Amino acid sequence: MTAPSFLDVTSERLEPIETGGISTDQLLEWLETMVLIREFETKANAMSFNGRIPGGIHTSIGQEAIAVGSIRALAPEDLVVGSHRTHHHALAKGLNANSVMAELYGRATGIRGGRGGTIHLADWDRGYIGGNGIVGASVGIATGTALASKMRGLDQVSVAYFGDGAINTGRTLEAFNLAAIWHLPVIFICENNQYAVEARVEDVTAGGSIVERARTFGLHALKIDGNDVGSMFQATQEARRRAVAGESPTFLEAVTYRYEGHSTAEDISWRPQAELEAWQTTKDPIARLRSDLARQGAITDDGYAALRTRVAAQVDDAIQFAEDSPQPETSEEALLAEVTGMRLNIRTNA
Amino acid sequence: MNTTLTYAQAFREGILEEMERNERIFILGTDLFRRGGAFLHTKGFGDIFGAERIRDTPISESAITAAAVGAALNGMRPIAELSFIDVSFGAMDEIINQAAKYRYMLGVPVPVVLRLSIGAARYGAQHNNDCEAWFPHTPGLLVVMPATPSDAKGMIKTALRGDDPVMFLMHKRLGGLRGEVGGPDDLVPYGVGHVARTGTDVTIVAYSIAVGMAQKAAEELAAEGIDAEVIDLRSLMPLDYELIEASVRKTGRVVLVSEAPRFGGYMAEVAASIQESVFNYLDAPIQRVGALHSPIPHSPVMLDAVVPQVLDVVRAAKIVMGR
Repeated sequence: MTAPSFLDVTSERLEPIETGGISTDQLLEWLETMVLIREFETKANAMSFNGRIPGGIHTSIGQEAIAVGSIRALAPEDLVVGSHRTHHHALAKGLNANSVMAELYGRATGIRGGRGGTIHLADWDRGYIGGNGIVGASVGIATGTALASKMRGLDQVSVAYFGDGAINTGRTLEAFNLAAIWHLPVIFICENNQYAVEARVEDVTAGGSIVERARTFGLHALKIDGNDVGSMFQATQEARRRAVAGESPTFLEAVTYRYEGHSTAEDISWRPQAELEAWQTTKDPIARLRSDLARQGAITDDGYAALRTRVAAQVDDAIQFAEDSPQPETSEEALLAEVTGMRLNIRTNA
Repeated sequence: MNTTLTYAQAFREGILEEMERNERIFILGTDLFRRGGAFLHTKGFGDIFGAERIRDTPISESAITAAAVGAALNGMRPIAELSFIDVSFGAMDEIINQAAKYRYMLGVPVPVVLRLSIGAARYGAQHNNDCEAWFPHTPGLLVVMPATPSDAKGMIKTALRGDDPVMFLMHKRLGGLRGEVGGPDDLVPYGVGHVARTGTDVTIVAYSIAVGMAQKAAEELAAEGIDAEVIDLRSLMPLDYELIEASVRKTGRVVLVSEAPRFGGYMAEVAASIQESVFNYLDAPIQRVGALHSPIPHSPVMLDAVVPQVLDVVRAAKIVMGR
């Protein structure tokens, strides 16, 4: 195994990264979590399409390595703020598949009791501040949680995930500037999946480079292969070290590709014909990790099949759990319980 | 302990006492450390509390507010000093979608104070919005508009000891108003209005700058034999329904006064709530006094013609009295 060289790469190169220094057991756990995310989202997508899950969902299929690689480089108490596309962050941060599925179903047993749904999965106790439905808003919130960590003297970093679309909204850039001038312990991870909803990144982003734009804010900005889980892990590990040391915050442009449309059942037939197939056949993050592990003799075909069976059963159980779960209470008291801390005296319908 | 301070000094004293009491409180905003903010509320705080807690920011309203919300989630008690409410519109997402929603989305408290100056004064159309009605309409926010030095101090202290996001709206022309203030532990509860003047003939409900206008109108009405009761709501969310209703049961006549544009204003909610609960006590239709549906002009003559004056309140009271 060679030392990671990706930290030195110029911004426009994308290279496969060695996964040096990580134990086989760790890598197998990463693989299983990535497979879980894909299986979970594939089945949840079907349940959204057939109406069992109310409304559409935003899947991260194709982007699993970003969440798993980066979150495995964090400490458990580190804080994560997701975007509207956040199932992969939730599952990588250790939220239980049952409670996430039940949340998508809008059931009482969901992680937010049915208040949240696909965007607002959240679990404070696991350091998962949750998704955020406003593009770019995760950047400002993570800047704030990082400010608190710094002021309180905690060895805690905050991570904001956001898409390539967020690079073109003003709030993102305001927060970059603030985090940079204050040297906050925050890591910004841009999941460049090539499409902002369905607008191609190069059509809507001036200047030709996301990472170069971030660099102008004084962020330690790197462009890395977001489909290589080892790259994500090592880049985040270094970013965390910098954050805790009070060095300038890190920006990672994690290059990836979203296999599905923006949300459930979106037509993506207008995308270039060979594009999806090329990413799926040559750059798929799960296939790459699996073949790396197979080359090392760490997983056999039978072993992988067993992993798939195990994960499929876990997701089927989650669906069954959600299907069997009660609907949330709809008494006025229950509905208003988490709106404010102060009990309000609002009058309602007769 | 009672001392006489201006509204601005009282507010400053409230923050000072709370910051000394709780080291998790800090202020972030533009030009705070040396200048004391656009309204000089925190002048001298830099020397007392240092640059960590009197935290200067760039002119980035979105980032200021988002950082405050994030810091509040993670154990701090920030005051976002957003100066003019008009410039906070650059942080409207952070107010409406972040500050107001995070308790609901995440299940943890969001103890953040957003301090903003509001109301009609100088500098024209883009520095003088009376837009308070936008915020109580948003679930998740508490909204207060103190009208006196005592409430400016007592209500900021309540905000800084509470667990909810508070829109703390201070009228620009109240800064020099003098009055007695309470001591370090005199907190003014939210959702509890105040009878600023007792009377039996007509109830005049007001908040913020309009309270003083209502009191002056009440004096003029007294000279004409009309005994007006003036209610200062103090907080718009939550609203003290009971205080209003008790007064209406007594007087049977209501005038609602706000400096804001009348159309779609906060007092429309108050009027609706009165007719829902004490309709049978009303002896005359409710009158609302508010501004014309116009941006705020520069010309003092035009300004006075756009926003309500004492005379408008007197006239409305006479209408409900049938005189």
